[in-house]
Amino acid sequence: MSVVERAGGPPPAPTAGDAPAPRPPRRRPASRWLVPLAPAVVLLGVFFAGPVVWSVLLSFTDASLTGSAARGTSFVGLDNFVTLVQDPAVWNAVVITVVFVVGSAVIGQNGLGLALALMLRGRGTAVRSLVTLPVMAAYVVPEIVAAFVWYAFLNPEGTLNTALGGLGLPGQSWLFTVPVLAVVLANIWRGTAFSMLIYLAALSQVPADVDEQAQVDGASGWTRLRYVTIPMIRRAIGTNLVLVTLQTLQVFTLIFVMTAGGPGDKSETLPLLMYEQAFQYAALGYGTAIALVLLAIGAVFSLGYIRAIGKEEI
Amino acid sequence: MAAPTAPGTRAGGGAGRAGRPVPSVASPRRRTSDVLVTAVLVVVAVCFAVPLLWLLLAAVDPGATLQLRLPDEPGLDNFAAVLTPETTLRPLLNSLVLCLSAAAITVVVATLAAYPLSRYQLRYGRPFLYTVLFATGLPLTAVMVPVYSLFARLDLVDTRYGTVLFLAATSLPIAVWLLKSFMDGVPVELEEAAWTDGASAMQSLRSVVAPLMLPGMLVVGIFTFITAWGNFFVPFVLLLSEDKLPAAVTIYQFFGQYGAAAYGQLAAYSLLYTLPVVVLYLVVSRWLGGAFTLGGGVKG
Repeated sequence: MSVVERAGGPPPAPTAGDAPAPRPPRRRPASRWLVPLAPAVVLLGVFFAGPVVWSVLLSFTDASLTGSAARGTSFVGLDNFVTLVQDPAVWNAVVITVVFVVGSAVIGQNGLGLALALMLRGRGTAVRSLVTLPVMAAYVVPEIVAAFVWYAFLNPEGTLNTALGGLGLPGQSWLFTVPVLAVVLANIWRGTAFSMLIYLAALSQVPADVDEQAQVDGASGWTRLRYVTIPMIRRAIGTNLVLVTLQTLQVFTLIFVMTAGGPGDKSETLPLLMYEQAFQYAALGYGTAIALVLLAIGAVFSLGYIRAIGKEEI
Repeated sequence: MAAPTAPGTRAGGGAGRAGRPVPSVASPRRRTSDVLVTAVLVVVAVCFAVPLLWLLLAAVDPGATLQLRLPDEPGLDNFAAVLTPETTLRPLLNSLVLCLSAAAITVVVATLAAYPLSRYQLRYGRPFLYTVLFATGLPLTAVMVPVYSLFARLDLVDTRYGTVLFLAATSLPIAVWLLKSFMDGVPVELEEAAWTDGASAMQSLRSVVAPLMLPGMLVVGIFTFITAWGNFFVPFVLLLSEDKLPAAVTIYQFFGQYGAAAYGQLAAYSLLYTLPVVVLYLVVSRWLGGAFTLGGGVKG
């Protein structure tokens, strides 16, 4: 997006006499900025900030959907968090969430996206469209449809087992035997296009003559990749890693439809555990405490995201 | 690999500079590695295409199974079976109402908010923008439990307008952010004429800035629509009555009830549900690839 230079500089005051002075210039009536800003502030406050603050408060209570605690909610201090730390289900979910994020986002989407973008450099239009069409299609399809498609693909009677059978290899019930691998693969399939697009854009900014110069100097393909190309797209890599991590951290629908966290709790990530506690076991307070853990992890990555992007663009 | 020793391999394999002799810097090796890379790319493309091909073929196969296969007798029976008011039409209409409302609210509210952020030097402008940027990164899934209990308090559970307002609020941060930077690209000079004529800030926003930003506003609106259309978790938690549920939720119920038997119908339903999103993506990408430039009035 080409944003005209003005974006960075101090926005000029609209009225003619407002010279930039160290002291605040002639006072503008607050209504001039407050009125247009108000609807956004109210919406964000009520439906975004409100629930986050509310969740902090709620996590210190025994709020519940049903039972005695549903009528009178009482303050229970750090009880939810003590339970949380001692709960093996939470640790199980943390481990699976980390495996899911590292496997499908950091290694899978990010790695495959970068590899595809690098391999697509300098290919003809035919090869480019052949690859980008199915990769983009997987990205455009709604999450729940992607889940159906992979449910069918990995089913014991599905396409994968048929194909393996054709090669003389034994099939299995993938969603039961390796549920985490199944959802990792599905999420790589679904999200790689995003990373690929980021890297295609970043690579198109790398001036070709630098690479050619290195080639003339006798650097091999790998050396050029390692010491020329990758350092030049370092920022894109950082940004992409943070973004795909944030997106993958909150994946719910894909796993919910494919395995529902099962069998047992073998593929239960934090969002699924949160849902189970809050809505199936009706423990809103405890579910909220788990949500807070997720929010906190997200907040850390989001701060990293601001550091990576914000400084230059505001 | 006819003559690897030839000093100037003619680029017969299709690599660009046809005709001119290419310097012999490892070009035969380069050619084999080109073939290898293309082969890898084709394999990846097939891996991405096969799961989706099942969806396309099963939808037109009245006897569809879970395997990818060519239909014996292709037909539209699956579509006919699911195209009933209760199964698809009402849910799709519900989706349309929810997503259009959310997109419209988001664009209007975000454009209004972007104006002072872009044009005035506000004391809290930067912190506000940082907060908005921070909010774009927060995991939405995690907010749903507290949002549900807040909605229960405010009697908003199972109301359409509550769900619409929440969907709009969640897409606001990114919309404010994008529209603010689009607006920075519209030169203030264009507005000064309007101010000289005595127009207020809101009048010049409406008659000068907004028309120039229309493409940007539409893109933000379309992306809000697409995001809301694909969102399963939010309506799944916030809406309960059958007659209000959007397609994202009813297709899940359909999967639960018939998914284990009527594969063809599930595929047909999935395609019907996916179609609007695909169309919108094509519209936007055609547009972004074409003459989409911001602040088109700058040059004229």
